[in-house]
Amino acid sequence: MNVAVITFPGSNCDQDCVRSVELAGGSARYVWHREVSLGDSDAVIVPGGFAHGDYLRPGAIARFSPIMDAVIDFGRGGGLVVGICNGFQVLCEAGLLPGALLRNRSLRFQSHDCFMRVERSDTPYTGDYRVGQVIGMPLSHADGNYYADPDTLAALEAEGRVVFRYCDADGAVTQDANPNGSLNNIAGIANARGNVLGMMPHPDRAIEAVLGSLDGLPLFTSLVGALARAEVA
Amino acid sequence: MSTGNGVAPRPGDPPITPELVDEHGLSPDEFAQIQRILGRDPTFTELGVFSAMWSEHCGYKNSKRLLRLLPTQAPWVIQGPGENAGVIDVGEGYALAFKIESHNHPSAVEPYQGAATGIGGILRDVFTMGARPVATLNSLHFGDLDRPRVRYLFGGVVKGIGDYGNCVGIPSTGGEVYFDRGYEENPIVNAMCLGLMRTEDLIRGTAEGVGNTLMAVGARTGRDGIHGATFASEELSEGDDEASRPQVQVGDPFTEKLLLEASLELIASGHIVGIQDMGAAGLTSSGSEMAGRSGTGVEMDVALVPVREDGMTPYEILLSESQERMLVVAAAGREDAVREILEKWELEAATIGSVTASGTFRVLEDGVVVADIPALPLTEGCPTYERPGEEGDEVCALRTMDISSHVEPPAGLRDAFLRVVGSPNVASKQWVYEQYDTTVRANSIERPGGDAGVIRIPGTNRGVAASTDCNGRHTYLNPRAGAMGAVAEAARNVACTGAVPMAITNCLNFGSPLKTHIMHQFRETVLGMRDACAYLETPVTGGNVSFYNETDGKAVYPTPVIGMIGVIGDLDTIVRHAFRDTGDVIFLLGTNTGELGGSEYLYAVHDLVAGEPPGVDLAAERALQRCILAMAAARVLRSAHDVASGGLAATLTESCLGGPRNGGGVGAAVRFEDALPDTALLFGEDQGRVVVSCAPGAVEQLQRLAADYGVPCTRIGTVTGAGSALRIETVSSALRLELDVLRERYFGAIPGIMNEAG
Repeated sequence: MNVAVITFPGSNCDQDCVRSVELAGGSARYVWHREVSLGDSDAVIVPGGFAHGDYLRPGAIARFSPIMDAVIDFGRGGGLVVGICNGFQVLCEAGLLPGALLRNRSLRFQSHDCFMRVERSDTPYTGDYRVGQVIGMPLSHADGNYYADPDTLAALEAEGRVVFRYCDADGAVTQDANPNGSLNNIAGIANARGNVLGMMPHPDRAIEAVLGSLDGLPLFTSLVGALARAEVA
Repeated sequence: MSTGNGVAPRPGDPPITPELVDEHGLSPDEFAQIQRILGRDPTFTELGVFSAMWSEHCGYKNSKRLLRLLPTQAPWVIQGPGENAGVIDVGEGYALAFKIESHNHPSAVEPYQGAATGIGGILRDVFTMGARPVATLNSLHFGDLDRPRVRYLFGGVVKGIGDYGNCVGIPSTGGEVYFDRGYEENPIVNAMCLGLMRTEDLIRGTAEGVGNTLMAVGARTGRDGIHGATFASEELSEGDDEASRPQVQVGDPFTEKLLLEASLELIASGHIVGIQDMGAAGLTSSGSEMAGRSGTGVEMDVALVPVREDGMTPYEILLSESQERMLVVAAAGREDAVREILEKWELEAATIGSVTASGTFRVLEDGVVVADIPALPLTEGCPTYERPGEEGDEVCALRTMDISSHVEPPAGLRDAFLRVVGSPNVASKQWVYEQYDTTVRANSIERPGGDAGVIRIPGTNRGVAASTDCNGRHTYLNPRAGAMGAVAEAARNVACTGAVPMAITNCLNFGSPLKTHIMHQFRETVLGMRDACAYLETPVTGGNVSFYNETDGKAVYPTPVIGMIGVIGDLDTIVRHAFRDTGDVIFLLGTNTGELGGSEYLYAVHDLVAGEPPGVDLAAERALQRCILAMAAARVLRSAHDVASGGLAATLTESCLGGPRNGGGVGAAVRFEDALPDTALLFGEDQGRVVVSCAPGAVEQLQRLAADYGVPCTRIGTVTGAGSALRIETVSSALRLELDVLRERYFGAIPGIMNEAG
């Protein structure tokens, strides 16, 4: 079992993601963005950062990195792909996930803790959470304001593809608890098949009690568990 | 030493006249010294080189003699002043490189780029030591926020710091933001960086090994920032905004990120022997300093330096301060291996010269010698001065003013309390630090908003704490007491987290050293810092002097920013500033003396900067800090919070409210028996005090530890839990401050000003 963590030149969270997978009991390795193959990887994490400086707009250049063709094929073929923060932006640019991440409603970079409600526990990434569970972790982005056209948004909701939603400490989904203006308080979504996940907050920064939150760890244990089950099957 | 072999004026260069020498900021005596060093007249290129290296910014000509008084040694100091950054041993095989630097002048002219490039420069100073940057802090001082121009500077500086540091992926863990009309025209923008490395990975900025290859790495050289070092050594005047803009560099954080990763990979590869940022004075300072430190020489041909535009002269190439460039000394024969690593990171590398045995800084243009200067006299021979100093009349009058008529609060104690808590100096800086990535790299244990930021050393349970401090009003009114106070407060902040204060870096921001009252401030500051650092055993490992922070003759407050480093051996013993559990018992460690001189109360309520600021009892301070550390190690403390700007009012408010996203906070009920006027008691900024809390069962142990260390320890109250209020009784008054009201004042102040005023 091997998780590929893509490293773009401007990736800042690749090491945090490798460490998260390892803490969850899995193994991970770095895959440089100029490589063209994922090798024998069983899952892919596209980490946070500023892939190519986020010039033009976040993810727009990263989408053309050589490794991305392999990531797109892997995701379209049903492989597990998760994009965190900048990784979410990259997956949207690459067409693996619908919609786009616009500039935050505040027009400023925002770095602080947030709460999310877990909407689905039947994905490969959320099996170790409960539906309705309120989890807290840091977010850190300038462009996290999720947008999709009305039809896409309706489809996301109808098909239950909203995986995480911003909420307050009690789980209420309110505008006050929406940090960046995302439509329907969307913090994370899956593709139609459920094998590709994108989310703006950072589970990779909430993996140890000493960091103030352990709520990110179940995402990685869920992933590692799903891969282990797949190996057995 | 023979120099000048074949050096001749370059066609097209202006002749060397007394006016030209003066324009380069060099005195007739200094010019004569240059002639003696060279044994001839300098060329125009050489004049530019001397002008930069002997500027205040690079040569420390008016500060060096006094700076020698500072303590710099301790068994844990690995690298003291003189390198790109200081380095200390932080245990378990790790070393910490750290430094603070100013970017005041560029930020006054173009706040966004000025601040951004300040971050870039300090990161490079740290990673060129072989250390991975793990945290930044910023000490920012601005004028009052009711001025639109100040809001523009403040907003631009914060965004510039954020956009640059966020992209490079270094968490911001703290710092300070201070507002006072003393910084109206000249903001102080000081950036500090901490980097970690295995002790054996330390590399220095040297050019050793004759025959080794000089390589220019990173961004191309352009015409930006030419003579930035000299610019930073002049006063600004009205209208300088436009004219000075070309001297401000433009930053590219993505290239910086590539340089960071490439440099660390290069250092780890063993292919290079030295590396240095082309910072102030660019290729000139990096080349000559690396040669000067190693006792070697360097020879380079500017025609080989990758440039952004055609037609650049040797003078321009040598003095350009284009950002994100490094000078690398590659081991002979390893150039291709170096280039391979740089290509991976999409960076350009060009061989531009080599290390020589000549002892000179020798520059060619297409093979023709345009400069040949003995390296050591250039880097170390800058004339130094100890100018006379005397306290200014204006500040003397303010300091000795009788402030007793301003002790009474005009609209009552409650109004004064809320004004102090809601003044931008005391109020939460959440609006600032939430624009900085504070959690990237997943090692931020204590984020901004507490007494000091704490970063975990990866793979260990150890932490490094850091704090920056300087109360400019205190240092203005009494530079010696203020400087001692800055060191004491910084150390106390670090100790309040449970970390042992280890060493400091400093950034000394002053007006023109040519003025006697400024020189008095500088001298007194250095002496105060010397005493405090010696007594608290926190040596100075480096830093930066920024003079000429003046506009139209009006100088900033003397602002010696202290960047303090502490080490916490067991992160399980970390202490935070917020009160925790209902029923916890609150104590004051230290003594209330009610010192309102230079206080936030006088400024916020009476619009007054006056009085004698609080003095520091170094023996009491040291005992207090050791006592706090013993309590932290014994896990007696539920909270610890330093008393500083805004006095006990600010400290108690902050301990009740906790962080911005803590929910409602917890209440507290305290009573003081001191026979002091209410305002002096609640708003006095007397040094040497910490408010702590402990579980009821730990009271005796806490009191015993305080007695062991001879620290006055007064039980003042209890934590009363969520949804209640902060209740304060004194011998003459009783206040009840609802948490909602405090929250609104404390967290709402700065967003209110910035969002509404725009």
